[in-house]
Amino acid sequence: MAATTVEPATFERAAADLAQATAAGRAVRIAGAGSKRLWGASGRQPDVELRTTALDRIVEHNSGDLTARLQAGVPLSAAQRAFASAGQMLALDPPPSPDGTEPTIGGILATGDCGPLRHRYGAPRELVLGITVALSDGTIAQAGGRVIKNVAGYDLARLFAGSFGTLGVILAVNVRLHPLHDLAFTAFGASADPSTLTAGAIALAAAPLELDALDVAWDESGGRLLARCTGAEAARRARRAASLLAGSGLSAVELLDADSELWAGQRAAQRSAHGAVVRVSSRPTSLTAVIAAARECAGTLVGRAAVGHSYVRVEPGAVTLLRDRLRDRLPAGAVATLLDAPDGLRDTLDPWDTVPGPALELARRVKARFDPAGTCNPGVFVGGI
Amino acid sequence: MSGDRHALISRLQDACGGEHVMTESHELATYRSDGLLHYRQAPLVAALPGTAEQVRRCVAACYEAGVPWVARGAGTGLSGGALPVSDGVLIVLSRLRRIVSVDLDDARIVVEPGVTNVAVSRAVAPTHFYPPDPSSQIVCSIGGNIAENSGGAHCFKYGFTTNYVLGLEVVLTDGTMVTLDRDAPGYDLLGAFVGSEGTLGVATKIALRVIPAPEAVRTLLAFFPDTVSAGDAVTAIVDAGMVPGAIEMMDRLSIQAAEQATGAGYRLDAGAALIVELDGPHEECISGLERLTALCRSAGALDLRIAQSDAERDLIWRTRKAAFAAMGRIAPAYYVQDGVVPRTRLSEVLRRIDELASQYGLRVANVFHAGDGNLHPLVCYDSAVEGEAARAEELAGMIIRACVDAGGSITGEHGVGVDKRAYMPAMFGEADLDAFQRLRCAFDPWGLANPGKVMPTPRLCGEVPGPYRQHPLERAGLAERF
Ligand SMILES: Cc1cc2nc3c(=O)[nH]c(=O)nc-3n(C[C@H](O)[C@H](O)[C@H](O)COP(=O)(O)OP(=O)(O)OC[C@H]3O[C@@H](n4cnc5c(N)ncnc54)[C@H](O)[C@@H]3O)c2cc1C
Repeated sequence: MAATTVEPATFERAAADLAQATAAGRAVRIAGAGSKRLWGASGRQPDVELRTTALDRIVEHNSGDLTARLQAGVPLSAAQRAFASAGQMLALDPPPSPDGTEPTIGGILATGDCGPLRHRYGAPRELVLGITVALSDGTIAQAGGRVIKNVAGYDLARLFAGSFGTLGVILAVNVRLHPLHDLAFTAFGASADPSTLTAGAIALAAAPLELDALDVAWDESGGRLLARCTGAEAARRARRAASLLAGSGLSAVELLDADSELWAGQRAAQRSAHGAVVRVSSRPTSLTAVIAAARECAGTLVGRAAVGHSYVRVEPGAVTLLRDRLRDRLPAGAVATLLDAPDGLRDTLDPWDTVPGPALELARRVKARFDPAGTCNPGVFVGGI
Repeated sequence: MSGDRHALISRLQDACGGEHVMTESHELATYRSDGLLHYRQAPLVAALPGTAEQVRRCVAACYEAGVPWVARGAGTGLSGGALPVSDGVLIVLSRLRRIVSVDLDDARIVVEPGVTNVAVSRAVAPTHFYPPDPSSQIVCSIGGNIAENSGGAHCFKYGFTTNYVLGLEVVLTDGTMVTLDRDAPGYDLLGAFVGSEGTLGVATKIALRVIPAPEAVRTLLAFFPDTVSAGDAVTAIVDAGMVPGAIEMMDRLSIQAAEQATGAGYRLDAGAALIVELDGPHEECISGLERLTALCRSAGALDLRIAQSDAERDLIWRTRKAAFAAMGRIAPAYYVQDGVVPRTRLSEVLRRIDELASQYGLRVANVFHAGDGNLHPLVCYDSAVEGEAARAEELAGMIIRACVDAGGSITGEHGVGVDKRAYMPAMFGEADLDAFQRLRCAFDPWGLANPGKVMPTPRLCGEVPGPYRQHPLERAGLAERF
């Protein structure tokens, strides 16, 4: 049976929709624009799909304070256009879905999806100052504030960040903005030896260059490191980054000023329309081992070299290889999360890695307090939460 | 009760060793207050475990006895967060001060909670540093920093404690140990724990991210006729897209007090001083400094000084950091407030503070993190004057309300503790407080961890809802975990 779709345009309506579903024992699938619709486990078949797309107002942009308040359904691209007109940005750049759907602010926060800017500005949760949510009993609650510094109360914004909609609906967020620089240069270097890439990444990560992004890429043709600088002296800093790359043994070192296509390519390679993508988190020094694991599954890789996040992507023909091999080949302590996947894969492979017992038990207690009836996205999260 | 008390004490002694358990009132006196001295309460007993396992045993002993407990780091907190409870145990973490590992290639350090903030930066120097730097950094503990989500002068550019925590080992109220890792799948319980003021458990091991030390630093000291023109300079700097490492402001009264303390040559005729520090890549600092001086001049700076040496830079900062203590030279006592306003409303709120001060007939000095809009008004009073202490406290409360009215916060870095509990409803409604309580109950349904802190009124946790239902795939044994 197809789920009924609701698209509340007010916070009160959204909260009431949730409360009604709870009273009727229905399962609600919470969605933004649907750019990551299938991420997480399949979960229980939803009775209702609640989309935040009508909550699409940029409520405030306080350019002098470098802050904004956005409703959850605002597409990232729309927010960026508004901020750019004041020379500012929200430092988030996750890719659109393979079919070009632009993610919403709420969806980005709920999944914790990132792009290359993760290197300098952190995960989405680092940029959220406050949050407004609807809980399954119809409560509307907020936490945090609108100022860039605030320690009053518990940090529920972080709790909801990456919660995959299992605690309630994110209705609005207050975010911190950053200056947008139009001068940008990227230092680029190549190597067919994964350990040279790792060494280069470590050297760049330790250099006081304040890079905006430090990415790695690996495919059949070999590997690359990309380091981006912005700001008044971007060119000089990028030149220094380039000489560090050369000094670490990378070849074909170049300095690029028209670099936007290069970075768009890094972002696009985090998604797959028909194949599968697994995000691997590990120590930055494990990059060599992660690349080796990706190769054994016939995968390509892009990632944030200094953060230790890699996206391993395989074509449809190699999906079974990925399922059967990747986990075993990864270095100890690495965490693998299945993101995009073709039909059926997530029914034979838990998209979530295992969580140690006590942490999982605690997570269940959190779920039980916020959504005791199990209304919100039941079953899509870790351990069947 | 006294039999129970004996049983509890002997379990704590078993856990920590007899010499590390204090029960005598002269021993307990040290622990009656944290940095906020006007709250005083001795605990029933203080235990000083030396390892994480000993902490776990102490917490488990309290759980089994149904006795509340409070964790204490260095006791420098300024909101009464580490204030003991009279019928409870104080768990003091100062003996857990090992640096467990330093791994600069992964930009990561693992420490025990009693390690001081400054020791972390020292352990990764000179190539790296740990940015959140509370003024109390020489003594305050990393565990306390985690619990308070502490900040410092460099937050505007570098962020707060929460932005640097990679992993925690936590002892929960029932004595379970859990590891919370930044990258583990599941809820960001690590993020929820940071800033929870000791109410969700005890952190016994802490992994932190460190970053490369900036290769250049340029420190500018600028004097202005008044805080309004200094505020204009801050606005111009931020509007120009600059992100200095620190932007600190001092008003006339705090300049006078601090100058008396250090004799740094601060201009006594100035109405405000700004300390702006640029740090980062060499070339950015140099070109930034030119822009910065131009912006300060056009905002009406009377005088600009650029530190020419490390010694000059240290003196500028020492004078700024002396401002709190130096207040003692011009007032017998003072009350430190901690409020936040949107930066663009600084001037308006400073004016309001002036009005309030004259209305109350008290002096208020302002030293603050101007980039963040984090005010630290020092309300001066003389407790020898009948009723003045109470008036000062009331004025401090009015200042906080002015911050909230301007869209700000009741605390930027010192936390709620016991001191700010009563102001929580100024920022949060009943539904919001209820949501906070849900988190607290998930961690500590028994209400034993630091009871009476953070929430405006004591609350109990309802029954823990029914057991978790297994995922159908899990039950069928179908899902493989990869
Ligand atoms: C002169 C002075 C200047 C200061 N400047 C700043 C500043 O610039 N910025 C700033 O943010 N703060 C500042 N503070 C406040 C204070 O130093 C910080 O809040 C600091 O983080 C407290 O650390 P502590 O070890 O002293 O913690 P304590 O005061 O001992 O405890 C603080 C809270 O943390 C909890 N706690 C302690 N250890 C643990 C643990 N291991 N696990 C769980 N909970 C724990 C306690 O229960 C309590 O609630 C200043 C204080 C003073 C006295």
